[in-house]
Amino acid sequence: MDTFDWITTAAKSAFLVIILLQVVPIMAWVERRGSALMQNRLGPNRIGPLGLFQSIADAIKFIFKEDPIPGHVEPFYYMLAPLVSVVPAFMTFGVIPFASSINLDGRVLHFQVADLNVGLLYVFSVASLGVYGIIMAGWSSNNKYTILGSLRSSSQMISYELSMGLSVIGIILVFSTLKLGDIATQQGQLMTHLGPWLLPEWLQIPKWGVFIQPLGFLVFLVAAFAETNRLPFDLPEGESEIVAGYHLEYGSMKFAMFMMAEYLNMFTASGLITTLYFGGWQLLPGFGPLLGLLQSQFGLAGMSAEWARVGFEVLSFFLKVGFFMWFFVWVRWTLPRFRYDQLMDLGWKVMFPLAMVNILLTGTFAYYGWI
Amino acid sequence: MDISPFFFYLFAGLAIACSTMVILKKNPVTSAFSLVLVFFAFAGIYALLDAHLIAALQVFVYTGAIMVLFVFVIMLLNADVPSFDLGRSHFLMRVSAGFSALVLLGIFVWAFKESSFHSIGGEFTLEKIEAAGGNTQVISELMFSEYILPFELTSILLLAAIVGAVAIAKRKLVGGRV
Repeated sequence: MDTFDWITTAAKSAFLVIILLQVVPIMAWVERRGSALMQNRLGPNRIGPLGLFQSIADAIKFIFKEDPIPGHVEPFYYMLAPLVSVVPAFMTFGVIPFASSINLDGRVLHFQVADLNVGLLYVFSVASLGVYGIIMAGWSSNNKYTILGSLRSSSQMISYELSMGLSVIGIILVFSTLKLGDIATQQGQLMTHLGPWLLPEWLQIPKWGVFIQPLGFLVFLVAAFAETNRLPFDLPEGESEIVAGYHLEYGSMKFAMFMMAEYLNMFTASGLITTLYFGGWQLLPGFGPLLGLLQSQFGLAGMSAEWARVGFEVLSFFLKVGFFMWFFVWVRWTLPRFRYDQLMDLGWKVMFPLAMVNILLTGTFAYYGWI
Repeated sequence: MDISPFFFYLFAGLAIACSTMVILKKNPVTSAFSLVLVFFAFAGIYALLDAHLIAALQVFVYTGAIMVLFVFVIMLLNADVPSFDLGRSHFLMRVSAGFSALVLLGIFVWAFKESSFHSIGGEFTLEKIEAAGGNTQVISELMFSEYILPFELTSILLLAAIVGAVAIAKRKLVGGRV
């Protein structure tokens, strides 16, 4: 670690934290306006243009509200629980790359806070800690509904973690690395054959994860919804059955922190889907020619051309992530909630076998060298 | 390889402090959460030793899966403080417990000081591992070639444990309430 490393790491971390903090109010607004759009009403539209400042007003309200602690809770764990659920949510995004690397005076700058050798495992291990916040909140609140909510959430998270972990094994088999940076880079190659058949030149599409692992992608997507406790799998909250689930006894900023954790987890899940299955920072179709046009038009060369490329990659990455964030909202206001036994059936009897089939198929393909 | 001494003492101190919390605290939930922190501290030490795979697996398996079940069992059984309070033990018992603890400590100190434990170096140096493509690659290659038999036997052992657990649960269900 020399000065260069310290400065770039600090800058990248600051960039990421600022982005993560912006995600929460923006998504709160998108969620409310989006649901209004789908239900044919207006939603919050009074504060600021299009109601954009509604989230700021909400945040001020959260901060200045009275923050009582009910008499029947375990105070220490009651206070700790929101923190425990927010911290892992902030930690996970650190290994996801948002652009390819760039050469600065002979030094390579990776646009990723930490390019860990075990990147994917790190994501899963940190994400599996999120359940502690929910358990702690449910138990320390000393309330039947909260206990029910946290019980549901932990059994749901453990069940779906299994299919989620198994579904990415296909990706690991194909790219034979756990480094998220390498996985994103390798998705820039072209797909030369489909199974045993060679593809003609004009049909060769980029080797994005979703094209070579469609089944794995499906399982991963469903598991991501369950892991983030979003509808149609928001059983831990289940307003119509258990009031508000694990955060029933929380108010003001402590409740806001649970909400923050939910949106951040959603953001991480979207980032992970993008990195594993949609090429990560690889340019969106059409962006390549656009970038070339821009570079030739303004005569960009050397460093400025490189920075333009990085800018386009960051833009592509966040556009893809943004699409999946919208997808989460879209699904939430479209599908009704599952029943608890349906959730468990889907997890264990459909998703788990599908993930196993995916591994078997990918293994066979890899054995014959078709991937 | 140089471990940053500050972080080593930080994690080691955390591990020792939390381990004592595990056995000293009356509240079983506090003990369980302290144990979670102990596993974290261990993961930190593994990461300092450049064993990133072990560190990640430590957090993934122990804190992310096993301890969640522990915490749940404790919470569901609602094991309150009195059931853990066994009353004051006999004087002789406490003396012998203290004595054996001291002897054990002495043995540990002697073992670490006297043995040639620290000088054993395997063939896998840091540079070699780095050249072969990192921890994960090296461990998985060894596990699926040289150590394939123990690896498979371990999985059979786990399978046997699962089957046993299901069998016991089923028998209780038939004989009991149903």
